[in-house]
Amino acid sequence: MAIQRKANVHILDGNQAAAIAAMMSRVQVIAAYPITPQTPLTEQLSRYVEQGELQAEYVAVESEHSAMAVCTSASLVGARTFTATSSHGLAYMHEMLHWAAGARLPIVLACVNRAIGAPWNVLNDQQDSISQRDTGWIQIYCRNNQEIMDTIIQAYRIAEQVFVPVMVCYDGYILSHTEMPVDVPIQEEVDRYLPSYQPHTVLDPANPKNYNLVTLANPRVGVDGKLCHGYMELRYLLQEALQNSKEVIVKSGKEFNQLFGRDYANVFWEDRNEDAEITIVAMGSLAMEAIVAADMLREQGIKVGVLGLRVFRPFPKSEVVQALRKSKLIVVFDKNISYGSEGATCSEIKSALYGTYINAAIRNFIVGLGGRDIKARELVEATKKAIASLKETVVNPDYPEWICEI
Amino acid sequence: MGTRDCNHICDESSPGIGEAGRTGEWRTLMPVIDDKKCTASKLNKPTCFLCWLYCPEAVITKGIPPLINLEYCKGCGICLQVCPVQAIVMIHEEKIAD
Ligand code: SF4
Ligand code: SF4
Repeated sequence: MAIQRKANVHILDGNQAAAIAAMMSRVQVIAAYPITPQTPLTEQLSRYVEQGELQAEYVAVESEHSAMAVCTSASLVGARTFTATSSHGLAYMHEMLHWAAGARLPIVLACVNRAIGAPWNVLNDQQDSISQRDTGWIQIYCRNNQEIMDTIIQAYRIAEQVFVPVMVCYDGYILSHTEMPVDVPIQEEVDRYLPSYQPHTVLDPANPKNYNLVTLANPRVGVDGKLCHGYMELRYLLQEALQNSKEVIVKSGKEFNQLFGRDYANVFWEDRNEDAEITIVAMGSLAMEAIVAADMLREQGIKVGVLGLRVFRPFPKSEVVQALRKSKLIVVFDKNISYGSEGATCSEIKSALYGTYINAAIRNFIVGLGGRDIKARELVEATKKAIASLKETVVNPDYPEWICEI
Repeated sequence: MGTRDCNHICDESSPGIGEAGRTGEWRTLMPVIDDKKCTASKLNKPTCFLCWLYCPEAVITKGIPPLINLEYCKGCGICLQVCPVQAIVMIHEEKIAD
């Protein structure tokens, strides 16, 4: 049962919520480079450090590549580490994202989702983090500012158990620069939830070790005579850690509820999905818009539910199948596109349903790229269009439709 | 028995002889020190030992004469480059076999 506690509500934007969460997680090293719309978050953190409110080393680096390099080194020597970025910054970090995951370091990164050029655009979509899908990071998407605060705190608990870095993603401007009420936990509660970081390796001059040097494909016998992993075995272990992390994510969400009274024992959110014939799937703040769209459709007598994806990596296949088992039509809205194919979440849903008894029609719409406003009304229209298309054919089209004026 | 028993979570190794495998198998050119030219051998006392210092595989002894462990010498030729009196030459492996 959730404990009774007094609410401590502040009006915060997403970046402030993230900064407070990082501070309360007692991060020890922060290395970040400012980039719109993440900038206020890094400014806030450096202020905390300068004012002595946060006992941490703030490393002002010259690039995002270096930011992740610093985080990697700091994490390897046992520091709880935080960084934040957006868009081109995340793209610039790409190489080191692989490195952090490959070295199995529990770094937490806040990705304030923003479009990628060309052409230049500083507004929101999810192309940046989706483009980092295969770097071996856990990815969790937030719907509102309370989730940003809570997810960053949970991210450390998850990452430090499974030794996989976690990317906490939230929509630029829509969340990062929009104020809403956020219940801020008290430090003692967070301390109880987050024990200090126990690194899996310790650099110790008295017992010198090499980490992540050239590792050939095949296993090799170490100086102690033990057969050590080759490159393949280490990749296998990373995949295994992500597979197993789903359980830890749910468990950490449950434990969070016990202390803070907000339930995260889920890999996605559902809204009126129990009796729904049509399910709208969306990720991040778009899921909130989808709930408004579902209200409007229900008023018209159409039984619509919403599945708001929270955890994108590891992708919760069996849970998605379970949630969609009654749906006759699945309408997936993606704020990203895998060019030449379709939206990333749509591909995941299709692949999860393959080989199951669910034979629902799936329609994919690309929306909101580069900050294009998405109105609930437009989601309603698209859903109705998807319903109408069932009369013509139930076969799933190869490519998505776009909500734009081309 | 698989590799799980090593209990490493990321790639990890301890410094030691042969950690990178038998690097001697990589060699196509073999370094040979001419004791008549090497100052340490010639003067019968410790001299520059630059070959010992620079060898990236640390397979040259700091002795008189300096000796090369061919099991791990990878044949890179750095010792030849750094020797101030050109006492080291690289010889084709197959010529040695002949
Ligand atoms: S560098 Fe040349 S001269 Fe110096 S010890 Fe080595 S072989 Fe001898
Ligand atoms: S420097 Fe290179 S060639 Fe010379 S002994 Fe060392 S490994 Fe062999």
